[in-house]
Amino acid sequence: MQVSVSEENAEQEPVAYQVSAFLERRREQIAQRWADAALFRTVFTVSRDEAVEAGRAVTAALAAVAASGRVDDIRASGFEAVRDQLGRMAASRARTGIDPDGVADEVAALREPVTELLRAEFGEPYAPEAQEAVVALTVLMGTLRLVVMETTVSAGEELIARQREQLHEVATPVIKLWESTVAVPLIGTLDSARSQVVMESLLDAIVAERARYAILDITGVPTVDSLVAQHLMKTVAAARLMGAECIVSGIRPAIAQTIVHLGIDLGTVLTRSSLEDALAYALSEQGVEIAPLRAAGAAADAGTR
Amino acid sequence: MQASRHAGPASLPIGSDADLAWVRQQVRQAAAELGFGLVQQTKLVTAASELARNTLVHGGGGHVELTPLDAGSSQGLRLAFVDSGPGIRDLDQALTDGYTSGGGLGLGLSGAKRLVQEFEVDSTPGEGTTVTVTAWATVVPPARTVPR
Repeated sequence: MQVSVSEENAEQEPVAYQVSAFLERRREQIAQRWADAALFRTVFTVSRDEAVEAGRAVTAALAAVAASGRVDDIRASGFEAVRDQLGRMAASRARTGIDPDGVADEVAALREPVTELLRAEFGEPYAPEAQEAVVALTVLMGTLRLVVMETTVSAGEELIARQREQLHEVATPVIKLWESTVAVPLIGTLDSARSQVVMESLLDAIVAERARYAILDITGVPTVDSLVAQHLMKTVAAARLMGAECIVSGIRPAIAQTIVHLGIDLGTVLTRSSLEDALAYALSEQGVEIAPLRAAGAAADAGTR
Repeated sequence: MQASRHAGPASLPIGSDADLAWVRQQVRQAAAELGFGLVQQTKLVTAASELARNTLVHGGGGHVELTPLDAGSSQGLRLAFVDSGPGIRDLDQALTDGYTSGGGLGLGLSGAKRLVQEFEVDSTPGEGTTVTVTAWATVVPPARTVPR
């Protein structure tokens, strides 16, 4: 989109081109001034040359955007060259604990030095054509600010999405309790995405550990509604198809009452109130018994008395 | 968080799975503050989870209003789930155990009704649905700490 001022003096050079030419011409001076601005100074702490280099790149990008006439378009292709760099700078500021408002202010502070240089280009710093150029530059710098904020926000969204993925994996460890017995302690909300991960890792573990008994412990699941119950039943059914018997343990009294009122029929699912009971069941089914080491001796003593 | 701290209605959006978790958390907190026992809390939170999911899946999203009630000797919590979705055409059928239009167990609406003391559905086909439930903190079971 063209800036409106450029339409009025169509016979002259559009003001956006003037700004572009100015940015190209004064790139070095702008970069030098920006190197001392808060944003560049705090991001490039080691070397001033690096800051100047970054400033040159940003100025060149702004010149390209102005040359395309799209000073108010955050999608202007000119920004692509510096989008990554701006993102890294904003992220680096965010790591030091500054909030997005602060970053926005620091980007806004970049405008002043450039405006000064631009006014100096004109014989009369407040002449109408100088004002027009300053307006175009202001719009362009505003767009730069938006680009930085947008980069920050999308970086934040990516981070959240990545952490959500990590949470899925972290929260579903499959533990081998005994030979051919595995357990999954479920913690938190069991939504569709997580229950899918649970099912997959459980079925994998059943194969890897040659498990015949799989315990799903729901002690850490705060709410068992019909969807959670359905996910549990599906997991149990899938485990059964793999030849493993599933035991759902950790059903607290309040959860048990809620399941009954809700009308969910867990009759086909083997359940135990605690993980301990579930393990004891799995062991006894395999003919394993855990007894104190001295039990045999003590029994013999008792017999002789 | 502040919304449920003081007696007064609060409204929570329902637009995603993450919102469902938030609704559950807020209802649990509000119920605990009103002196609901652990069983009542669990029941109400489960009902809220079912109804909020209905709002999301069938109503295409909406919001829930939490209103603490004070009837002298007993404290209550009213939840109104509001959506502007397609509405429920046959309410009797929707309240039948095992009937589902969404591939679930078909226990959401009917199950939620059994988990609360008062239950009301107001639905106009094409305009939306409002499900209002109320639960009271009965005095019998003493309030215990909520395991997180």
